[in-house]
Amino acid sequence: MTSVPMVSASGVCKSYAGIEVLRGVDLTVNRGEVTCLIGPSGSGKSTFLRCINHLEKHDAGELRVDGDLVGYEARNGKLYELNDKRICQKRSEIGMVFQRFNLFQHLTVLENLTIGQIKVRGQSTDRAKAKARELLDRVGLDNKEKHYPSQLSGGQQQRVAIARALAMEPKLMLFDEPTSALDPELVGEVLDVMKDLAQSGMTMVVVTHEMGFAREVADTVYFLDGGVIEESGNPREVLSAPSSERLKSFLSKVL
Amino acid sequence: MSTNGDATTRVVPVRHVKQWIGVAVAMVVLAMIIHTLLSKVGTGTYHCHLVSGIRRCVPLHTWRFSWNIVGQYLTTSEIFHGLLVTIELTVIAMVVGISLGMTIAIMRMSPNRVLSASAWSYTWFFRGTPVLVQLLFWANIAILYPKLTIGIPFLPVTFIHLSVNSIFVPFFAAIVALGLNEAAYMSEIARAGLLAVDEGQVEAASSLGMTRGQTLRNVVIPQAMRVIIPPTGNEVISMLKTSSLASIVSVTELAGAASNIYSSNYEIMPLLIVISIWYLIITTILSIGQYYLERYFAKGALRTPPPTPIQRMRTDVRGIASKFRTPRPAREGAR
Repeated sequence: MTSVPMVSASGVCKSYAGIEVLRGVDLTVNRGEVTCLIGPSGSGKSTFLRCINHLEKHDAGELRVDGDLVGYEARNGKLYELNDKRICQKRSEIGMVFQRFNLFQHLTVLENLTIGQIKVRGQSTDRAKAKARELLDRVGLDNKEKHYPSQLSGGQQQRVAIARALAMEPKLMLFDEPTSALDPELVGEVLDVMKDLAQSGMTMVVVTHEMGFAREVADTVYFLDGGVIEESGNPREVLSAPSSERLKSFLSKVL
Repeated sequence: MSTNGDATTRVVPVRHVKQWIGVAVAMVVLAMIIHTLLSKVGTGTYHCHLVSGIRRCVPLHTWRFSWNIVGQYLTTSEIFHGLLVTIELTVIAMVVGISLGMTIAIMRMSPNRVLSASAWSYTWFFRGTPVLVQLLFWANIAILYPKLTIGIPFLPVTFIHLSVNSIFVPFFAAIVALGLNEAAYMSEIARAGLLAVDEGQVEAASSLGMTRGQTLRNVVIPQAMRVIIPPTGNEVISMLKTSSLASIVSVTELAGAASNIYSSNYEIMPLLIVISIWYLIITTILSIGQYYLERYFAKGALRTPPPTPIQRMRTDVRGIASKFRTPRPAREGAR
């Protein structure tokens, strides 16, 4: 089974109201690897990421997570759409971290970490709390469990959001520009947590503008532009010696 | 250096002349109100008695607002019974209104066109006709449907036959009318609340694997409550008073009870004052409840929740008390 990649996409397309956002994306994410998606805004990076856990529905192409099709089931030569319950069950195995944190504002930090375990996994409150505390300790926020999200800094909120996703024990973590909404001095603490997570062997797909992070942590970098993968490969090679003109001009703007 | 911190320079504060005129006018009006409330008028009758063989008559006076009669009727059992019916009507109609309204709001936001159109039509109809007409309609529904039959639609299969008149007694008709009407208004209030919750909250809940229902119950509705509660409090207070319309379909609630009494003793004004006092008391209690409910659902929305009036009073008292408790040897020594 280890030979099956965690995410594999071939020819994934998506359009909104006639505008093509993804025009045939091919990509493979192996287990335990960190993959960074870079590219200018509007290039379809976030849309592709959201297709992976079916927050967006792709229109064409084949997208598989852990060997299973996303949103469909192939039986007797036909594709059957999955019902809501099955989609939710699949999503619960994939963690997602958002640009705007999206912590549940009406719940404390601890409750943010336990609600998924209790409501989705049917875990007992005590075990959920124990797990939550362990994760808060891991992201360095064990003294904040009674706080509400609005009482935390952006960096702290994003670390809670990472811990919330980890509480579901996902096999894959998706990061949608996790540091873009942060003040510059808070970016580091979030990236440190992500580096730590990468070292622990988590499979991660990261949409990011942090080229330093991509260079240091990523196993593979994909450069998206206009809804297609323009260039991909080892970050050191791709980011230091880009072959396409578009990536060259993109890097000259962000670096 | 500083120009206004110098002890020798006199600081002349701004004079708010217009404010003072406003205050004076308000005080005069207030004095007039208190005066007329407590004024007495002649009854047109005299109290006569003999003083050393001479008959002397003194004109009798009574409260303009008949406070003695108000006091007499304020706590009679008829008024209390009416008050109880008013509270029952309000509570049940609001429970119907809120739960149905919430359902309609969720239907209205459904991607399914049939569901959202049905919800829209409901609101259109029940908000577009007067509640008085709806009340009379439900009270007289037996004219249209004398019998209620439960069975399979369009097929000659029936299970239960009921007489509509036995179900739609005035109280039930009032609850149906007020509840269904309220649901139309509540659905718009609930929809505003649901729309106010950030889309990102729904996405985060979905990404954890929550179903639509779980997301709604655990994430969206609790946060929507913050927006929903203030106008809902308004609706409860409004319903408390609208329920008095039920008296025209012979439900003896507070206003009905008063009308029963004054139709026999003609003390219209005192009884209107009696029920106004009760409506004010209940409204006050509801407003206090609303304040605490709002505070509860505001958790997480504010970095530091504001103190409750009781907490504020306590800190004030403590502040004043500390001034008396702490000895100030420095100043006393200087004296």
